[in-house]
Amino acid sequence: MIRYALTRLALLLLGLFVASALIFLTLRILPGDVAQMIAGINSTPEQIAAIRERLGLDAPLIAQYASWMGGIVRGDLGASLVTGTPVASELVQKAQVTVPLGLLSMLIALVIAIPFGVLSALRRGRPDGTALNVGAQALAAVPVVWAGMMLVVVFAVWLGWLPAQGFPRSGWDQPWNALRSLLLPALTIGVIEGAMLLRFVRSATLQAVGQDFVRTGAAKGLTRTQALIRHGLPSVGLSIITVLGLQVAGIIVGTVIIEQLFTLPGIGRMLVTDVGNRDLLKVQGELLVLTGFVLVVGFVVDLVHRVIDPRQREAE
Amino acid sequence: MRGRTRWPSRLWALSTGRFGVIVVAIVGLTALVARFWTPFDPQRVDIANRWASPSWGHLLGTDGSGRDILSLLMAGARTTVWVALGAGIVATLIGLALAALGALTARGVRESVAVLVDILIAFPVLLIAMMISAVWGGSLWVVILSVGIGFGVNVARVTRPELRRVLHSDFVVAARASGLTPWQNLWRHLLPNVAPVFIVQLSWGMAVAVLAEAGLSYLGFGAPVTEPSWGMLLRDLQAYISVHPGSVVWPGLTITLTVLGLNLLGDGLREATDPTLSRRDRDAAPPLPEVVA
Repeated sequence: MIRYALTRLALLLLGLFVASALIFLTLRILPGDVAQMIAGINSTPEQIAAIRERLGLDAPLIAQYASWMGGIVRGDLGASLVTGTPVASELVQKAQVTVPLGLLSMLIALVIAIPFGVLSALRRGRPDGTALNVGAQALAAVPVVWAGMMLVVVFAVWLGWLPAQGFPRSGWDQPWNALRSLLLPALTIGVIEGAMLLRFVRSATLQAVGQDFVRTGAAKGLTRTQALIRHGLPSVGLSIITVLGLQVAGIIVGTVIIEQLFTLPGIGRMLVTDVGNRDLLKVQGELLVLTGFVLVVGFVVDLVHRVIDPRQREAE
Repeated sequence: MRGRTRWPSRLWALSTGRFGVIVVAIVGLTALVARFWTPFDPQRVDIANRWASPSWGHLLGTDGSGRDILSLLMAGARTTVWVALGAGIVATLIGLALAALGALTARGVRESVAVLVDILIAFPVLLIAMMISAVWGGSLWVVILSVGIGFGVNVARVTRPELRRVLHSDFVVAARASGLTPWQNLWRHLLPNVAPVFIVQLSWGMAVAVLAEAGLSYLGFGAPVTEPSWGMLLRDLQAYISVHPGSVVWPGLTITLTVLGLNLLGDGLREATDPTLSRRDRDAAPPLPEVVA
């Protein structure tokens, strides 16, 4: 186990290195020059040189990369080219919207996917099971933006239950208002992610039904459903953990689009704005944090999987 | 190779496959027709007829500047097909290159490429797209490149083990023994045998491309304002959603049907090209596509 964890940790570190190098290099092959862009069209060469020196852009690439990495180790992600605010503090502030949104979406996705996924597997070949499977297929093909718009039409425009967009200026000081403005966005992401997840739960359940230990359970007098719940669900749970890990990437991407649609002041919307402004130093920090997060989640999921799956432990 | 000649009829016999083939054919034909003819000029502004309800004149109604929504959707199909094909080609090149490097080279290279693929797979397509847009600004090329790269890595991961498997099968070993060069072997035996796995992946990848075009154009990093696209149309209609909720239904439905068609085509192709696929394998859900749009 220790050996596995160390190997996997090495892979994580390698992944973080590759990710940071790729982001760094891609954002530096810009045709033209960041300093030129900041200085504007009417700038003198001296002004451009001054900006370049202030941002450390005159140093060789390796040195620039090293100083970026050095900052990150100290928790300094750099500062915006446009406003000068530190990226890290802004990320923390915007996370107050994005993290609850992501967690809520994930919760909704699970609440939809697990019961209906198991049900659609148990009722396979019957009308209701088929309907569930077809419905999930169709929902998984819906673009998130459009799903959000349709939910806005129903719940905000027609029924008037929830706000169509925005986030209270007072933030979480008024928890109920804050939560209310996150409900529709989270529902949008949750329903679509839930539909994708449902198909995984279904296939995991179907596989569990075919396993020896479930058949034995059935043979000793349990009904098929009882046997599945008592002996099969743990293995279904395992595959759900795997999928949850994969889902994190999907939910991050979902929040980028949904925060735009609902004008929520979160990390996703910030990223879209910064990319639009070509605030390269800021985009660089944001992209690293997001991809780093996906990589770390993958690492944790693999470890958890290893710890709780008895078959993998015995394999060693 | 068994039954390879009969896979089109097997595909057609599956309800998923038939649905996929029909939808993809319709979208493709529409794009072709829209190259030469649409009921109205999709960009023609007609203020007198803004927000017209569906009628015989405008089958799906008009938008806030009086543009015919059906014509916009037809013209948008061109953009979608072009993006999906472009992303497919890029994904093919990247996927095959990485898979070949990861399967056919010396052990050290092979293993490092495999690790690299495992790392790259964690990059969400949308973040790749944001990274490219930050440098070059948004365009349809951003969509093509980002989906092509993102899905190419996916394709490589699935194709590599398949390539390794075929590489060690008896007929390839025999071919090598009888004097075929590695390149001849690749073209004559390896590629035809991994093609089914590959094409299935490509079909799913194109579904991702359609969603990505919609999502990125919506965010303003995809199609330019002058180019009719389904994502652009969603973006244009969103501002009036509380007053004219009906019109936004059409582009959304169009995207959903197209993506569903490509997904089911992929499912169908998988079943049709692999007669040995067991029932349990068929039930296995395809790799999780991230929400891209």
